[in-house]
Amino acid sequence: MIEVRNIYKTFYVPHKVQALVDVSVEITAGEVVVVIGPSGSGKSTFLRCLNHLETANKGHILIDGIDILDSRTNINKVRAEVGMVFQSFNLFPHKTVLENITLAQEVVRKRPKKEAHEKAMGLLDKVGIQEKAGVYPDQLSGGQQQRVAIARALAMDPKIMLFDEPTSALDPEMIGEVLDVMKNLAREGMTMVVVTHEMGFAREVADRVLFMDGGKIVEVGSPEHFFTNPTHDRTKLFLSQIL
Amino acid sequence: MQASGLDRNRSPLNYYTWVGVFFLVFTLIIGALYVATIKIDYVWRWYRMPSYFVNLEQVPIISDHAGSVATVTKSGEDATVVVQGDDGTANPYEIPGADVWVDEGDTIYAGDTLGAFKEWRPGILAQGMWVTLKVSLYSIIFGILIGLIGGVARISTNPALKWSAITYVEIIRGSPLLVQIFIWYFVLATLINNLLLKYGLREIDAIWYGVAALATFTGAYVTEIVRAGIQSIHRGQIEAARSLGMSGPQSLRYIILPQAMRRILPPLAGQFISLIKDSSLLGMIAVRELTKATREGITTSLQPYEFWFVCAILYLVLTFTLSMFVQYLEKRMAIQ
Ligand SMILES: Nc1ncnc2c1ncn2[C@@H]1O[C@H](COP(=O)(O)OP(=O)(O)OP(=O)(O)O)[C@@H](O)[C@H]1O
Ligand SMILES: [Mg+2]
Repeated sequence: MIEVRNIYKTFYVPHKVQALVDVSVEITAGEVVVVIGPSGSGKSTFLRCLNHLETANKGHILIDGIDILDSRTNINKVRAEVGMVFQSFNLFPHKTVLENITLAQEVVRKRPKKEAHEKAMGLLDKVGIQEKAGVYPDQLSGGQQQRVAIARALAMDPKIMLFDEPTSALDPEMIGEVLDVMKNLAREGMTMVVVTHEMGFAREVADRVLFMDGGKIVEVGSPEHFFTNPTHDRTKLFLSQIL
Repeated sequence: MQASGLDRNRSPLNYYTWVGVFFLVFTLIIGALYVATIKIDYVWRWYRMPSYFVNLEQVPIISDHAGSVATVTKSGEDATVVVQGDDGTANPYEIPGADVWVDEGDTIYAGDTLGAFKEWRPGILAQGMWVTLKVSLYSIIFGILIGLIGGVARISTNPALKWSAITYVEIIRGSPLLVQIFIWYFVLATLINNLLLKYGLREIDAIWYGVAALATFTGAYVTEIVRAGIQSIHRGQIEAARSLGMSGPQSLRYIILPQAMRRILPPLAGQFISLIKDSSLLGMIAVRELTKATREGITTSLQPYEFWFVCAILYLVLTFTLSMFVQYLEKRMAIQ
């Protein structure tokens, strides 16, 4: 489903940072991959390269067989198949919750208004806030906003969902409600790449865990492997710090 | 009125004293001005000013034919004068209001007045204000269009677009508006109009070169306002839009511009208020807008003081109306 081959990403502004160095990984359909690692290790950059919010300098990224680094690829088509959920929600503040979820359906998927509306209401029901359809995002709690953001991404019927620290900006009592939605999604067989510090989630839901450090994938393995006997010293150190 | 709490409380008496001081100073200044004009024997004739807004004018009805008056017939309010031409034709002239100046049998030469009627006509100030309003409105509309395109081009990654926008903004902002108006009128207008004539087309009126000058001038400032507005929208917004598969233009239209509009509106209002005031420079290229109309009114009336005050007040009315309208828009655009 996702094939990453030897990608590099270097930022030159404000100063030279090698954010990704020779990263390769293959993720199959239905797999849930959790990415962990210290701050600045390149987790977000890796995730953002997968839907071309960042352009990798070198290498290949195949999404469902399509090379997104090829200039002939229509990236908008690929992005419609890859949902993304941000740490800071990024809901559209000038649109109601319902409009947040219907807009891209109508504009990108060209669905009729009625169909988009029904789809949106169904998803709001799924994330448990159907009664908030008519309100504006700033009237919602952080947890509710993030659930709307997930619904907004799911409305496009994506094949892959990317999550970049979806619970990091939330008050502790709201983390659970968002993780529950994500767990359900994983159970339904969605292909997911999740950057998170929620080790409980990783242990429970992940098929595989990637540990990144210094722009490289240092260690890959099952959650059991990670939380019982990690191989690398860096991994051990990191896990000892956060567990 | 709520005291800020930073200062000690003022007693109501104290507060009204200072309100009194304000009005006193205001009255004194006006009084002093008035006294000074009396000293130099200026005669104020405010009562004449309304006639420069609307005027009951006598409109003469003039015969195109030479001959004699055959009949004068009244029908209700109006009258008809038939001039029997020397060439044997009968030529009827309608005279509304029946103010007939000739009798049956009178000899008539071409150009003689047969009668007159009265009609309300806009005076020179009303005409000038109308031109100012028209010029400002067109310039604002074109200025917004130019500014939207310019602002988007300004943040484009395409160097052709970006550099064009930068060059345009820098050239316009770096030279005086009056010079730009002259370039539009004395250089571009003569060029374009001569070309038009050469190809047998109609010349374009000076007023449109004036609109072009004001619109391109305002457009440069609107470009910067739009750019700043777009850049003030959090990056996460465009990333969210793009990650849903929206194209760049789609994200701009549905996500960025609607949000930017709200932040753009206040500086835009300031820009358009400047524009209304700057339109007074168009008098220099023979556009009869409010300021030019005022000067013409003064040459015929010899009442400069009244005219200039009225002129200033009329500009105030225009700018104040605009800022009220923008405030209304701002309220409407605010979420809920
Ligand atoms: N747009 C950018 N411009 C310049 N440097 C960047 C940019 N984005 C990321 N970087 C740099 O690239 C490196 C990797 O950043 P990245 O955001 O991927 O880390 P991360 O693992 O997600 O960290 P965190 O846990 O803090 O979110 C960092 O050194 C960061 O400063
Ligand atoms: Mg990050």
